[in-house]
Amino acid sequence: MTIRTSITVNGKDTSREVEARTLLVHYLREELGLTGTHVGCDTSNCGACTVLLDGEAVKSCTVFAAQIHDCNITTIEGAAQADGSFSPVQEGFRQEHGLQCGYCTPGMIMASTALLTENPNPTEEEIRHALEGNLCRCTGYEMIVNAVRWAAENPNFTSGGAK
Amino acid sequence: MSLVGARVLRKEDPNLITGNGQYVDDLQPAGCTSMVFVRSTEAHAKIRSIDTAEALALPGVLAVWTSANIAQLANCPGGLPGLDQPLLAKDIVRFVGEGVAVVVATDRYIAADAAELIIVDYEPLPAVASLSAAMAPGAVVLHEVLGGNTVHFQDFENPLNEAFAAAPRTASLHIVNNRCAPSPIEPNVCLADWGRSGLTLWAAFQAPHHLRNTIAQYFGIPQDSTRVVAPDVGGGFGAKINFVPEFFLTALLSKEIGKPVKYTQTRSECLVAMLHGRAQEHDASVAFDNDGRILALKLTVTQDQGAYPNGTGMGLPVLTTAMAAGCYRIPAVAISWRNVVTNTTPVAAYRGAGRPEASFTIERLIDLIADETGVDPVEVRRRNFIPVDAFPYATHSPLAMYDSGNFAGALDELLKHVNYDELKKEQEKRRQDPAAKLLGIGFASWLEIAGFGPPGSLEAFGHLASWESAQVRIQPDGSAIIFTGASPHGQGTVTTYAQIAADELGIDFDRISVKHGDTAVVPQGIGTMGSRAVAVGGEGVKTASGRVYENAKRIAAHLLEASAEDIIIEDEKFFVKGTPARSVPWSEVAWKSFQPLELPGGMEPGALDSTVFQQVPNFSFPSGAYCCVVEIDRETGGVNIVNMYLVDDCGTVINPLLVEGQVHGGVAQGIAQALYEHMLYDPSGVPRTSTFMDYLVPAASDLPGYITGRINTPNPSNTLGAKGVGESGSVGAPPAVVNAVVDALSHLGVKHIDMPVTPIKVWNILEGAK
Ligand code: FES
Ligand code: FES
Repeated sequence: MTIRTSITVNGKDTSREVEARTLLVHYLREELGLTGTHVGCDTSNCGACTVLLDGEAVKSCTVFAAQIHDCNITTIEGAAQADGSFSPVQEGFRQEHGLQCGYCTPGMIMASTALLTENPNPTEEEIRHALEGNLCRCTGYEMIVNAVRWAAENPNFTSGGAK
Repeated sequence: MSLVGARVLRKEDPNLITGNGQYVDDLQPAGCTSMVFVRSTEAHAKIRSIDTAEALALPGVLAVWTSANIAQLANCPGGLPGLDQPLLAKDIVRFVGEGVAVVVATDRYIAADAAELIIVDYEPLPAVASLSAAMAPGAVVLHEVLGGNTVHFQDFENPLNEAFAAAPRTASLHIVNNRCAPSPIEPNVCLADWGRSGLTLWAAFQAPHHLRNTIAQYFGIPQDSTRVVAPDVGGGFGAKINFVPEFFLTALLSKEIGKPVKYTQTRSECLVAMLHGRAQEHDASVAFDNDGRILALKLTVTQDQGAYPNGTGMGLPVLTTAMAAGCYRIPAVAISWRNVVTNTTPVAAYRGAGRPEASFTIERLIDLIADETGVDPVEVRRRNFIPVDAFPYATHSPLAMYDSGNFAGALDELLKHVNYDELKKEQEKRRQDPAAKLLGIGFASWLEIAGFGPPGSLEAFGHLASWESAQVRIQPDGSAIIFTGASPHGQGTVTTYAQIAADELGIDFDRISVKHGDTAVVPQGIGTMGSRAVAVGGEGVKTASGRVYENAKRIAAHLLEASAEDIIIEDEKFFVKGTPARSVPWSEVAWKSFQPLELPGGMEPGALDSTVFQQVPNFSFPSGAYCCVVEIDRETGGVNIVNMYLVDDCGTVINPLLVEGQVHGGVAQGIAQALYEHMLYDPSGVPRTSTFMDYLVPAASDLPGYITGRINTPNPSNTLGAKGVGESGSVGAPPAVVNAVVDALSHLGVKHIDMPVTPIKVWNILEGAK
């Protein structure tokens, strides 16, 4: 059975006929070619697939594309600022070496972005708690915590559009 | 200004933080199809029949294969002759997760549906899921050709009976080094496209040239038309150096159906199909005097190889026993090892591969000696350290000729951070107060063997050679490209190599790029493993850059009508020392290097292009001193790491930011092994931890912050002085953590706890003491 779903992704309207069982993460990756959102597990434990659904962090492997008709999705490809500057969170990950292989990174950045929207000045403990659902096998997390702190301390960061 | 040693931000990051990385699963060539496995649910069984009819009839299904379709093909490369794993199980399965059939369909959902429709009829056999079960008399035999389950036994040359009999004191431990699943967040993924012009295989792999050489040989096709690409790779930790059936099956099926075939492993498959690590048991005995000085050491390692032994797995106990004495001067060392098959996932390299097991046991023994003699653990270490003036130091093993280190220096540096006396007082105080959490302080002075590079070292594991390739090529505009056979998957090698080259060439860091991971772009290479990317590959970049720079100086000298010896470079300008006013820029030297009329006599165009196959004379020996402080909840048995102090000696640091990242990551995996992770099987061989719900890869909230320090004894085997740091943390952290827990409980008579130190194990000890 197929269903037509219309989803706004990174500010652009998208609309496709999809199978009812199509996961949002596969809609993004395979229908739209937005491959920055990754898959790291099949039990919704790893958070590599985290995107923003109407501003809130969700695991896109636990959502059906057909279920979020008319919703707004932001993926890592839409994380940068309007002028093309990295977002403070993106820049924080770069400044603090918050990534190694980069596979968990899009999910980490989206989850951190949601955290800072809710709590612009989180403590180390709050950051560790908020990122509980996102696994990273490379960094040991301390530099991810530092990256989020960097973003909290530099909320107005801009690179003047330079990428 | 020198870039080597500077905190430089990574060139890799802009792509990776914007979603522009390119991992294998991101590739979707036209006509791409999807392969899905049917994997064995039985640990040991005969396959009576496989019914594929319904699967084949499903619309969208392009092929369904069982072993019958590939009966004439050789088994998967990398195994031991006669004991190797078939690409698909023939008439018997030997572990849960072994591939039984594959389906290729137009998309992954249809392929998964079809796999569900395949019916495999098994006739279960008794299974052996542990070393003790496999070695028990009358145990079922996995491979009839062996006649038993022991693949290989290396006995003691001399069991040191006299040394032990004569010693004032002896102590022994039986240690289980828990089986771990490497679990990179990107599982195994590959994509094969075998068309008229040859085979291209994109693979999440750490050594693409190794795979190219092997896959071409396996299929009997020429290497000129076999290309392997490892694009961005989402972590490896040693698990992505192994040949697994997936690579060969996607290639074969692509050829068969004439379309690209992609395989994307699920996490649940990854936990049982990606090769495991550790899985050793140790019987260790130590003889010592009343002052805690070690007189003799005896170690037998029993290595669980899983169902199908492979070359890397067989090498693990060799590395463990080579490093058995750690950083201590021990007059007599006896080693012995045994490799055994069980009905479990095969075992191979996992971050540290054999060395974490060695450091864990010797560091546990040191604390046991302290416990027996009453000498402080820090003091026992000091009394036994190999002194700084003893290098090069020949050990009991011909593999391990320690070349540098300062073990006492690292411990001194560590103790500057740790307030040891205060902590000991606090520990005593808390023991008296039943409401307080128990406190434990654990040390580990660790040492490992890394920098796999001396001739013969990787050949022993089936690689072509042990050098690493580096090509440095100057473009006509004076920018530089480095081509390396190293194949990074998170290490930041693009950045470190550009730093090294920038210093050697005098070219701006921003005008240097590094290419890797594609055998069509980099013709030869070995790969990234065994902490070798800087100590071997980075040295190659330095050597090649130096050669290019010498030729560039000759061209500059020719243009300036001077002598090359007098030429120096600053700000990308060559000039005669002392006369900077008359200079020639790098860009002009580069441009003219391609113009025969501009070159000095005897020089040919293309002189600013150098390729080296870098060799090194010895392994490297990273070392360090770690201290872990834990608190134990008396009610729950929960262990909480309060502080983790880490002093590393990785020799010269190219980029402190990246070294820090490697240390943190390795320590996190070490803590995970010590407290959380265990790939568990029930007695019938069914894995009990085959999803991320049961296999506990720690999250940010499960791990502490890290306090780091450093000492530097340069590596004498390369001119950089670098030793490598990728595996360090996973070698040093587990003994520090477990020593801390045992220390916290030592007043209850606890001598040892096997990893992972779970709350229930600790709780049982606390309850038992009540
Ligand atoms: S892929 Fe969604 S949580 Fe792991
Ligand atoms: S950077 Fe590799 S998993 Fe997080």
